[in-house]
Amino acid sequence: MTALLEIRDLHVTVRGQGGEVPAVRGLSFQVDRGQILAVVGESGAGKSLTAQAVLGLLGPSVAMSGSVKFDGRELAGATQAAYRELRGRRLGFVPQDALSVLSPVHPVGEQLALAVRSVQGASRAAAWDVAVRALDRVGIPDASRRARVYPHEYSGGMRQRAVIAMAMVNQPDLIIADEPTTALDPRLQAQILGLLTGLRDESGTAVVLVTHDLAAVAGSADRVLIMYAGREVESGPVDRVLVTPRSPYAVGLLASLKPMPAATTRRLPAIAGAPPRPQSLPPGCAFAPRCPLAVDECRAIEPEPLLYDGRLVACHRAGDVPAAELAELYR
Amino acid sequence: MTGAPLLDVRELTVRYPGRRRRSQPVLAVDRVSFEVRAGETLALVGESGCGKSSTAATVLQLRRPQGGEVRFEGVDLTTLDEPALRGLRPALQPVFQDPYGSLSPRLRIRDAIAEPLRVQGRWDPVTGPARVTELLDLVQLDHSLADRRPHELSGGQCQRVGIARALASEPRLLVLDEPVSALDPSIRAGVMNLLIDLQDELGLGYLFICHDLRLVHQVAHRIAVMQHGRIVESGDTDQIFTSPAAAYTQALLTAVPPLATPADDRPVPRAAPTPSGLPHDLGLRP
Ligand SMILES: Nc1ncnc2c1ncn2[C@@H]1O[C@H](COP(=O)(O)OP(=O)(O)OP(=O)(O)O)[C@@H](O)[C@H]1O
Ligand SMILES: Nc1ncnc2c1ncn2[C@@H]1O[C@H](COP(=O)(O)OP(=O)(O)OP(=O)(O)O)[C@@H](O)[C@H]1O
Ligand code: SF4
Ligand SMILES: [Mg+2]
Ligand SMILES: [Mg+2]
Repeated sequence: MTALLEIRDLHVTVRGQGGEVPAVRGLSFQVDRGQILAVVGESGAGKSLTAQAVLGLLGPSVAMSGSVKFDGRELAGATQAAYRELRGRRLGFVPQDALSVLSPVHPVGEQLALAVRSVQGASRAAAWDVAVRALDRVGIPDASRRARVYPHEYSGGMRQRAVIAMAMVNQPDLIIADEPTTALDPRLQAQILGLLTGLRDESGTAVVLVTHDLAAVAGSADRVLIMYAGREVESGPVDRVLVTPRSPYAVGLLASLKPMPAATTRRLPAIAGAPPRPQSLPPGCAFAPRCPLAVDECRAIEPEPLLYDGRLVACHRAGDVPAAELAELYR
Repeated sequence: MTGAPLLDVRELTVRYPGRRRRSQPVLAVDRVSFEVRAGETLALVGESGCGKSSTAATVLQLRRPQGGEVRFEGVDLTTLDEPALRGLRPALQPVFQDPYGSLSPRLRIRDAIAEPLRVQGRWDPVTGPARVTELLDLVQLDHSLADRRPHELSGGQCQRVGIARALASEPRLLVLDEPVSALDPSIRAGVMNLLIDLQDELGLGYLFICHDLRLVHQVAHRIAVMQHGRIVESGDTDQIFTSPAAAYTQALLTAVPPLATPADDRPVPRAAPTPSGLPHDLGLRP
């Protein structure tokens, strides 16, 4: 069986004042039908650009190369018309900037109903019913009334859910959700993640879930891809990568969630140092300047993702540091 | 902490009119009272749509309330006209919930950060640029981002620009609406630590809106719990977490999975989403 989405050697470059800056550098991954892939990583790692590259939504100053295959068909180089057709029917998108997909001048329900009509050809009344039901499913209280009001009359969390409803309403094969639950309280987060896992289990929908919430990853994703400075550092089944991370960055990311002993301090644990500047990446491993395990080889040769212990790890020392020692790195 | 509160909100009420037949009026904030002292973080928590951002907007007088008082350092802001408010705005700064929407799409980042100073006539062309770079450093943003526009930034970068901008005018009170929701755990910790250090050094007061209750537990001194536009419970953080009185607070807290680490190393359960249970217990056990 071929993967629903297959990315090979994706590069995304942004043109800035200082020339071309590499933002995504040779990323490969795939998502099967009925699978949820979580994409996590540091702010600015290139997660949203990757999502936009898949959807044909990169801005004018951004260039991509590599292969993006959706259901066996190459999308790289496809026309905007072809992308539009796919985005309406088969690819659902929840952008990080949720407001960018809602028009300020139409009531939320009308926008949803229009999307339904243009794809499913339903009658006005039927499309309206589908729209109201979609709002209800994402937990908008009193949905039939709220369908009639404008986006600016929604709270932040309601707007985010309206965009999720929009992405799901035409039952796409793949949903790409970029930070879909950041504005939601725990109960609603659970409801939205439950919706996504429900679609996966019942309709075989595939999901790419870009998120900073590692608990959401643990609770709903099948596989996880961890990115750092535009590259993959570790990927594989969630119950391997999150339980026994093998790359020092992944270990640090999980360690920064550890609460400090109560009452001793209000400060939170963080990985020392800052991510590298994309326009002046260090030679070798991009994490080396912050990595407690870095050796000379790390500062010279960029590690490639290799299969290790049931997952891919891009780290020169993946094999030679015992798990117990890794766990102590950020203590 | 003694003395008069930095911010004293009394019976604040916000009503949205509703337009013609389309929608009914909404009572978004219903006689809400709370105070924030210098050097203190008051967390405002509650489910989506309960009125947190409406409270924030009216505390800042970006929207005029339909009733109540907002006393900042003893002055009731609701009685001031726009020119009088302008004089106070540097001291009372917002960080908005929506990182992209809160920045003007046309302004370059360096100008967005300098804007509060310019508006207040406090921009110094000699020292100003250095101040902007200093602020970028504080929120861990690379200087090269200064020439970009908001849509050329990642979500988390935009959110940090919002924080840098709020800090530019050396405020005494920050109204922070989900200020770190778009940040990865490590940078989130860095930004929260910065806010905590500034608070400890300069005695800033924070009204902190946040649905991440673990973060609230870690950083807030006091908590006010809001439901359907009203404050149903408030008190010291430890007290709210250990003995919540209102049924609503109990429900909010139980939506957060327990902190305890599991006794064994079962694989991560796939079926039950645990959206805010931090899997710190998953990461470090071989
Ligand atoms: N249109 C653009 N023009 C120039 N640079 C861009 C553009 N979009 C993104 N970038 C830069 O590319 C890098 C990757 O951005 P991206 O939005 O993919 O990050 P991200 O992983 O989604 O981060 P976050 O978690 O903060 O949203 C960042 O350094 C960002 O500043
Ligand atoms: N401009 C507006 N016009 C009409 N109603 C509004 C407006 N802004 C907010 N509301 C309504 O007021 C109520 C409170 O909204 P508010 O944005 O304060 O919620 P919130 O607690 O910040 O929620 P969230 O956590 O989702 O951001 C909601 O029912 C919302 O629909
Ligand atoms: S390759 Fe070297 S520097 Fe990079 S993460 Fe591995 S040990 Fe650290
Ligand atoms: Mg992003
Ligand atoms: Mg809000």
